[in-house]
Amino acid sequence: MRDVAVLSYAQTPYVRTERVRNEVEMLMPIIDEVVKKAGIPRQEIGFTCSGSTDYLAGQSFSFVMAVDAVGAWPPIMESHVEMDGAWALYEAWIKIQCGEVDSALIFSFGRSSMGETAETMTLQTDPYTMAPLGPDSISMAALQARCGLDAGLFSERDMAEVAARNRRNALTNPEAQLAGEFDVEALLAAPYRVSPLRDHDCPPITDGAAAMVIAAADVARDVSDKPVWIRGIDHRLDCHQLGSRDLTKSPSTRLAGEHAGVSSGKIDIAELHAPFSHQEIILKNALGLDDDVRINPSGGALAANPIMSAGLARIGEASRQISGGAASRAVAHATSGPCLQQNLVCVLEG
Amino acid sequence: MAEHAAVIGIGQTDFDAKRVDVSQVGLIREAAERALADAELDWKDIDAVVIGKAPDMFEGVMMPELFLAEALGGVGKPMLRVHTAGSVGGSTAIVAASLVQSGVHERVLTVAYEKQSESNAMWALSIKMPFTPTMVAGAGGFFAPLIRGYMERSGAPEDTGIRVALKDRLNALKNPVAHLKLPDVTFEMIQNSPMLWDPIRYLETCPSSDGACALVIGNEKHGRAASRPAAWIHATNMKTEPTMFAGRDQVMPKAGLECSEELYKKAGITDPRKEIDCAEIYVPFSWFEPMWMENLHFAPINEGWKMTYEGATALDGDLPVNMSGGVLSTNAIGASGMVRFAEAAMQVRGQAGDHQIDGARKALGHAYGGGSQYFSMWIVADQPLQ
Repeated sequence: MRDVAVLSYAQTPYVRTERVRNEVEMLMPIIDEVVKKAGIPRQEIGFTCSGSTDYLAGQSFSFVMAVDAVGAWPPIMESHVEMDGAWALYEAWIKIQCGEVDSALIFSFGRSSMGETAETMTLQTDPYTMAPLGPDSISMAALQARCGLDAGLFSERDMAEVAARNRRNALTNPEAQLAGEFDVEALLAAPYRVSPLRDHDCPPITDGAAAMVIAAADVARDVSDKPVWIRGIDHRLDCHQLGSRDLTKSPSTRLAGEHAGVSSGKIDIAELHAPFSHQEIILKNALGLDDDVRINPSGGALAANPIMSAGLARIGEASRQISGGAASRAVAHATSGPCLQQNLVCVLEG
Repeated sequence: MAEHAAVIGIGQTDFDAKRVDVSQVGLIREAAERALADAELDWKDIDAVVIGKAPDMFEGVMMPELFLAEALGGVGKPMLRVHTAGSVGGSTAIVAASLVQSGVHERVLTVAYEKQSESNAMWALSIKMPFTPTMVAGAGGFFAPLIRGYMERSGAPEDTGIRVALKDRLNALKNPVAHLKLPDVTFEMIQNSPMLWDPIRYLETCPSSDGACALVIGNEKHGRAASRPAAWIHATNMKTEPTMFAGRDQVMPKAGLECSEELYKKAGITDPRKEIDCAEIYVPFSWFEPMWMENLHFAPINEGWKMTYEGATALDGDLPVNMSGGVLSTNAIGASGMVRFAEAAMQVRGQAGDHQIDGARKALGHAYGGGSQYFSMWIVADQPLQ
């Protein structure tokens, strides 16, 4: 395997509704920023891969316009996954492993404000057996939380504490959408949104985009004093039908974590893509993280949940912690699908 | 350096306008099971799954790979979903190949599909977005002016497109899974069919199909051990350019010219017309055959139509093109690129049945998408690249 490093990462400020800029206009400044920071001329970046979904844009082929943000002229070697940008990173990492290219630009974007996010996510379920029942993403997450509560794995207080900590952490993240000091007692006094979830257990609706440049070791060492190394990256999937799964566990996260080598060294921080508070606890268990691991210093998906970028953002935020000297080894995680169906785990080191 | 990879199993569904006998799940299973049977492998032998299809709105399911995971044996495995517009079937095969070439996996299953009968592609392509002029023309309306541009530049005879359509429709009669079969097809029948988007006639355009295509791609060890011949992947390439900007040549896109040029270089090909035995290329409207002959450097600029006219692209020509009947006969959009790649592999494996080209040893698979702006291609051969 070739050693591959994250050279640069940037994201838009995360907002409830991006009223002024379209997707291309959101992407252009951050793509410029990561390319400049990476120190590789744009024309020399060997591969470009993006992640997005037509169902947020409400338009077929919505990723096609995003090519404008890259300045794909002369023509570029490019691909796209209808997945979170974390999987675009995986495809780019594979391309570098093939030896075909030495560097790659990755980006992802989504404007959830364009539609009704929770109802849109219903269309992600089996169209014959589940979608006709109309389960929205919050209700499905609520079923999962209920399973965990019934199994005694966590309490509603534990969930509120997760939410409060994430949003407190977000106070130091200028790009976060939802940050602040929240009193756990006050949170628990609030009414349920979909029992047992209260508003604080749910992610905000977010518009945003993220971009990253990675490179193989020979290039990375040339252009960077402090590359952040991708030591392991793997992703796995669980079955789709909620009734066929033990929702209190995330076997695919555990498996991806094992293949990515999470346990082969001490983890300082973890950036976990947990849109709902209880999911952070499930993920922490699945990855076998100790209590002294700092989880989501960025505020995580509870502070900003740009769908299709929130997973790539975890990897980007973890890389910032390492390049900023706050950690030497970190694990980052991305999820997709109802109730943590698909999961990617990436181990980063300074 | 990348490891060798080879196609060791190929499966296509039967294609039809409406496969009402199966769900999307049944459709992809049909292709995947045929590919596994061809490879003499079982689900447990597969390390990872790559799925591709065109816009999700064509079926009305957001990221359908999530609900298809179990049907593809994807549980507990890595699974990727690729979408690069019309070229997606080709790009999906390329991503699957890269999982093997990288040394990360030994055997990968890849499936591309479209079940157009479950939604309405014209609707999905014509949604009115704020601040954007809507086309409401579908793909034919978009590509017709490009064809007209080609006709003017090249001075190609008006009936070139009819000749392409006749050839492909006759070839489809030899392909057991092809969708549109017209046993009585004649030059006059095509010539007299209604003009849909001038200069594209009804019988010069592709049908709307349900169907899927699957490949099993293995590393060198599995390629050599396979009991049926393997199709060795010599080179792959993808290229993209923006949809529109001043000075863009949409008739002869630079992305396609450069994509094929680099592809041949990677495969050690210096004279593509001579060294490539046959080609399956993405021709959704008849006139794209001569246009792509030029874009793929098989003919000088403005002379691609001569290949069609002289019969060079016929089954008995010096460079047979679209032996399967092509996209003109079968177009399950998301699958169409992979079908091209699969048919190229079938030729070098000698398993193309009635549309087999005798002695085919090196073949090109090609797909394009968007506004003639996304290209994916591969070269496969009966022996590994030296």
